[in-house]
Amino acid sequence: MTETRTPARTDAPVTPAPGPDAPVYDCRTVFAEELAALAREDERVVVVCNDSVGSSNLVGFREEFPDRLINVGIAEQNMVGVGAGLANAGLVPFVSAAGPFLTGRALEQIKADCAYSGFRVILCGQSPGMAYGELGPTHHSVEDLSWLRAVAGLTVVVPADRAQTRAALRWAYAHEGPSYLRIPRFKVPDVTPPDAPFEHGRAQVLREGDDVTLVAIGTLVSRALTAAERLAAEGVSARVLNVPFVDPLDTAEIQRAAEETQGLVVAEEATLSGGLGAAVASLTGRHRPVPLRLLGVTGFAPTGSPEGLLEHFGLTADGVHAAARDVLGLPSSTS
Amino acid sequence: MLAVDHSTAADHHALRRAVRAAEPPEAVRLLRTLSTEVRLTIVDMISRARMGHIGGDLSVTDILVTLFGAVLDVDPEHPRAPGRDRLILSKGHCAAALYATLARCGYFPAAELATYMAPYSALNGHPNRQKVPGVETNTGPLGHGFPVAVGCALGARLRGDGARTFVVLGDGELQEGSNWEAAMSASHHGLDRLCAVVDRNRLQQGARTEDTVRLDPLADKFAAFGWEVRESDGHDHGALLDAFAPSTTGRPVAVIAHTVKGKGVSFIEDRVEWHHKVPTPDQVHAAIEELTR
Repeated sequence: MTETRTPARTDAPVTPAPGPDAPVYDCRTVFAEELAALAREDERVVVVCNDSVGSSNLVGFREEFPDRLINVGIAEQNMVGVGAGLANAGLVPFVSAAGPFLTGRALEQIKADCAYSGFRVILCGQSPGMAYGELGPTHHSVEDLSWLRAVAGLTVVVPADRAQTRAALRWAYAHEGPSYLRIPRFKVPDVTPPDAPFEHGRAQVLREGDDVTLVAIGTLVSRALTAAERLAAEGVSARVLNVPFVDPLDTAEIQRAAEETQGLVVAEEATLSGGLGAAVASLTGRHRPVPLRLLGVTGFAPTGSPEGLLEHFGLTADGVHAAARDVLGLPSSTS
Repeated sequence: MLAVDHSTAADHHALRRAVRAAEPPEAVRLLRTLSTEVRLTIVDMISRARMGHIGGDLSVTDILVTLFGAVLDVDPEHPRAPGRDRLILSKGHCAAALYATLARCGYFPAAELATYMAPYSALNGHPNRQKVPGVETNTGPLGHGFPVAVGCALGARLRGDGARTFVVLGDGELQEGSNWEAAMSASHHGLDRLCAVVDRNRLQQGARTEDTVRLDPLADKFAAFGWEVRESDGHDHGALLDAFAPSTTGRPVAVIAHTVKGKGVSFIEDRVEWHHKVPTPDQVHAAIEELTR
């Protein structure tokens, strides 16, 4: 890379972990607000959906821009192809549907019509991860990061909170190529600092630390911050990286973490086979082998609430904390 | 990205003007001549590459020639002009027919055709819009072009530019469900500037369509999906010109173009094994002789 990188430490204050009573937010609200704002600014902005007007929180958009919300019905292959055609016609399509159906059913359309054809189609995966909880693995979108990381030319973005959801939409709108954005439904606290930059392929250092690095995305970011505070109380200095760009990965920041700390914990609400953890393992394995612990979803989830399933798979502050101690060879919790 | 061939583009522009101005018999004669040129080019490309889909290329030739020769409002000098008509070849494996036609229109130099499927050629076995001007979207996996065409037609309507969108489909391809998702949404949204052309040669890779998974009654299917249906001889340029006229019903138009796979070369015509068989030198010679007879 030839770009001049701003030193990470200058934009990386010690971000406090949200307290247990911190308000949490369904990011579909800001998704809809930002989308409407973009549509007011640029008449080329259109939305395509698959009967998901309600679940994508697009009722207001439809009322304000009735001609610019195209509902193709329950037909995801057509939905993504229509998005590519709208881009061909010079429009800026946001294609919004529940993550599992958008990515799984229409994967070949994402590959051929969006990525290989090079159209700016902004794929918005709603209710990602295990946000659909009790509806079960058919409705969970945990394979999306593995599937989509394998597609050349497609940027994969996982916002962690409201600010990053807004920033991701703005970034994707301005980006020339196709992108996939996870839009969080599972309620998350605000975690990113105000006015934090949101740059293509860049990770965000939320907290500096020298012993271990906690690499997290989406729902796991606030949990990683909580784990870092507990580790600090135990005398362990944990760095926390938020990696909204799962692909392309911020290789420089990950390699710096591999060089400057003794181990990495990667936590994501996704399968381990090809998501962020696999990306980090592949990178560090090739360039700077470092002890790793990967937290994610293994196998099909049992019946459970979204929160209950995160606990089931250890995708909690406790789980991140324990993995951090383990990767450093420390005995399990002293508290 | 390949670059325009200015003189060929100018020649083609003049030819298209002549076709449009001519009385039907003369227009058909001009288009028929163009089709013969394109067929000869296809045979040459496939015999050089030793690969390709000759049967479908020869069946779709007259459809493409009629569209590019007389119907589409396009300009090879400005292949991405905003208000252009769109042609999407959903049966992307018949790229040789598209490339031969595009080169004849001047989108890129005809000399490039000799590189068809050669290492690093822009002319891949399936068309790539980022390398070949005149290609609107990358096709190859079947069932992709129709939804993209629906998006183009919706986009043209939103922009109010009056552009028409044509999508050329293989008949076997209609076994892909995505086509029917697209057909349903196009009629629901009243896309009367959209025309789906089915290259109805009744053969797919392994057998006859009706022996594989039956498509008939195909016209009834499109009609039931809310389309205005026109049936045409897919090798009669005059009939195709009529079939490609804009909709008068407010509905999208499906043209079922009855064709012969391998049209123009008798030993290839209507034979399943010629889906992607490559002619021997003797057969190439015989094909050229028959096409120029």
